[in-house]
Amino acid sequence: MRLQRQEPAERLVKYLEAIRLALGELLEHDPRVFLYGQDIAGTFGGAFKATKGLAERFPTRVLNAPISEDAITGIAIGAAQEGLVPIIEFQFADFASIAFNQLVNHAATMHWRTGQTCPMVARLPVGGTPGGGPFHSQMVEGWLTHHPGLVVVAPSTVADAYFLLKDAATCTDPVVFCEHKYLYYHLAADFDPRRAEHLPMGRAAIRRSGTDCTVVSWSGMVHEALKAAEVLAGEHEIECEVIDLRCLRPLDADTILESVARTGRLVVATESWPFGGVTAEILAVVASEAFQHLDAPPQRLAALDTPIPFHPALFAAHHPDAARIAALVLETVSF
Amino acid sequence: MRTVPVASTVPDELRLAHLRWMILARVIDDRLATLYKQNALAGSAFLGRGQEALSAAGGIYLRPGDIFAPMIRDQAGRLAFGEDPLDVFRTCLGRRTGNTRGRDGNVHRGVHVGDRRQLAFISHLGAMVPATVGALLGKRLKGELRGTDTPVGMVSIGDGGMAAGAAHEGLNAAGIERLPLVVMVANNQLSYSTYNDRSFACRHLVDRAAAYGFTGRTCDGTDADACLATMGLAVAAARRGEGPQMVVAELLRLAGHGEHDDASYVTPELRSRFGDCLPLTERTLKNQGVIDEAGLAKLWDEARQISQRAYEQASSEPEPDPAQEDWCAYSARNLRSGL
Repeated sequence: MRLQRQEPAERLVKYLEAIRLALGELLEHDPRVFLYGQDIAGTFGGAFKATKGLAERFPTRVLNAPISEDAITGIAIGAAQEGLVPIIEFQFADFASIAFNQLVNHAATMHWRTGQTCPMVARLPVGGTPGGGPFHSQMVEGWLTHHPGLVVVAPSTVADAYFLLKDAATCTDPVVFCEHKYLYYHLAADFDPRRAEHLPMGRAAIRRSGTDCTVVSWSGMVHEALKAAEVLAGEHEIECEVIDLRCLRPLDADTILESVARTGRLVVATESWPFGGVTAEILAVVASEAFQHLDAPPQRLAALDTPIPFHPALFAAHHPDAARIAALVLETVSF
Repeated sequence: MRTVPVASTVPDELRLAHLRWMILARVIDDRLATLYKQNALAGSAFLGRGQEALSAAGGIYLRPGDIFAPMIRDQAGRLAFGEDPLDVFRTCLGRRTGNTRGRDGNVHRGVHVGDRRQLAFISHLGAMVPATVGALLGKRLKGELRGTDTPVGMVSIGDGGMAAGAAHEGLNAAGIERLPLVVMVANNQLSYSTYNDRSFACRHLVDRAAAYGFTGRTCDGTDADACLATMGLAVAAARRGEGPQMVVAELLRLAGHGEHDDASYVTPELRSRFGDCLPLTERTLKNQGVIDEAGLAKLWDEARQISQRAYEQASSEPEPDPAQEDWCAYSARNLRSGL
């Protein structure tokens, strides 16, 4: 499904503002919702300002937490058992490793083990930016999607930042909401995200239709894939079909398989690490279920297999971009 | 640190009710140990033998609307807070009728009887502390913690679990929020096989109470009256809004970590320092004329009948059928087609 922009906004709406807008509306309309995280309250409004202004409007439901990722997550789980809908914020997704146990062993297993639901949203600022270094740049979907019971979403557009967050807060399962730090301020919409056409959580979106090669991506890398598709169309007359997964677990395999059946070729692009993870899962699904449609080996492009470097030059070399996606598509198409 | 005088004014009726839960827990635990030896359980058996006085003293003060996060040696406290023995056997036998339906077992059951909520324990020690704090924060946000007779949350932990990072983070958060949390610490001297001197370096675990903004109390965990008096004060203070409470009881686990463990690491010297709370309680109550031999025999007989009935019913019920499972970890089954 190709999504169209509509309803022009009076001013540009940034990705971060869409998140704040969704949080504000959730707090306003659902008394079960509360926000809990480090530095999110007061006038500060969080390390990236996603909650700025919300504590003033909802002083008893926007709460600062100590530096305790494990307890923040455990507290959300306990509050969810009481019928609340906690939305917790990690300052950086990298720090969610401290909460790994509560996320994968407690929240993720709750429904299957006990029959009780655990509705909560964990907001994780993901992704690399130059100078971020090894501990402020990571993608976490590789290890969080591995565990059954967690829903993992990664919006790439302003409208999805808004709608997927609202969908996450109404989901009865724990949702890991991966929001890309680079997109916070660098992606803006010239339309009102609240009135944008959108898909429900769980469905992938086709951001650009094409017949020559399927390019699957998510989060910030979708924009590199779209840039690559533009270049390939203009300079090589190669039409890529760009799929934005939006939701990584559960995975919308049908949309990928249907696209590969049309194009016969697949490139998966991510800024995550190469070993295991979502790219490996997609290639496994396509290789086993769409082998007969493939005209070339399915390929993936990931970050280099080291911790994420600090220096901008090293980071640029480590981080996939549109040029490398385009080169891999060319290689795949000419196979 | 406050140590409650042993000579307390706990009503005899409460002491007898407490003894009843201790005996029922011991009978059920003994049966589970036998079933383990008979290879009749789906997994191991984890007993609360020697810890019943403290555990039952915690559970007995809880009431509808409260939260209890038991640990692995809290059969007595679970029963005192309303758990049906049938759920114990259903879960330990892995029956489909149990609240975990054979998907999880033994001490991991989370049982809700009406408004008496027991959180489903995960094995990662300390993790249930923040979960209990979160349940209380939820109650506060729902407006249920107003006044001077509020619901409380009780979390059980041991000397081993108190070393875990999650426990620290949860206790710190409870102190910050000044929630009505009661932390019941059973220092059973053994973190599996590791003695206290390799688990913590502070003089006494209760020293940590002040550091977290808790009121701390200690008691002899083999003395039922001391447990009742101390837990009673802690729960009452939490209900009055006096903030989080910590009780550290000294006792000894009189079993292996699980029934697969022969506890051969327990030295005679350590064993000699602690009595068994159950016969000690029986002797005290008998000496004080609170109960006689016939009364005691009746309690044991009733407990055996309850346990036997629960076991017989649970063992007659169906086991889980892999073919009937949907093998889906998600409650939102329609995610693929949207919510």
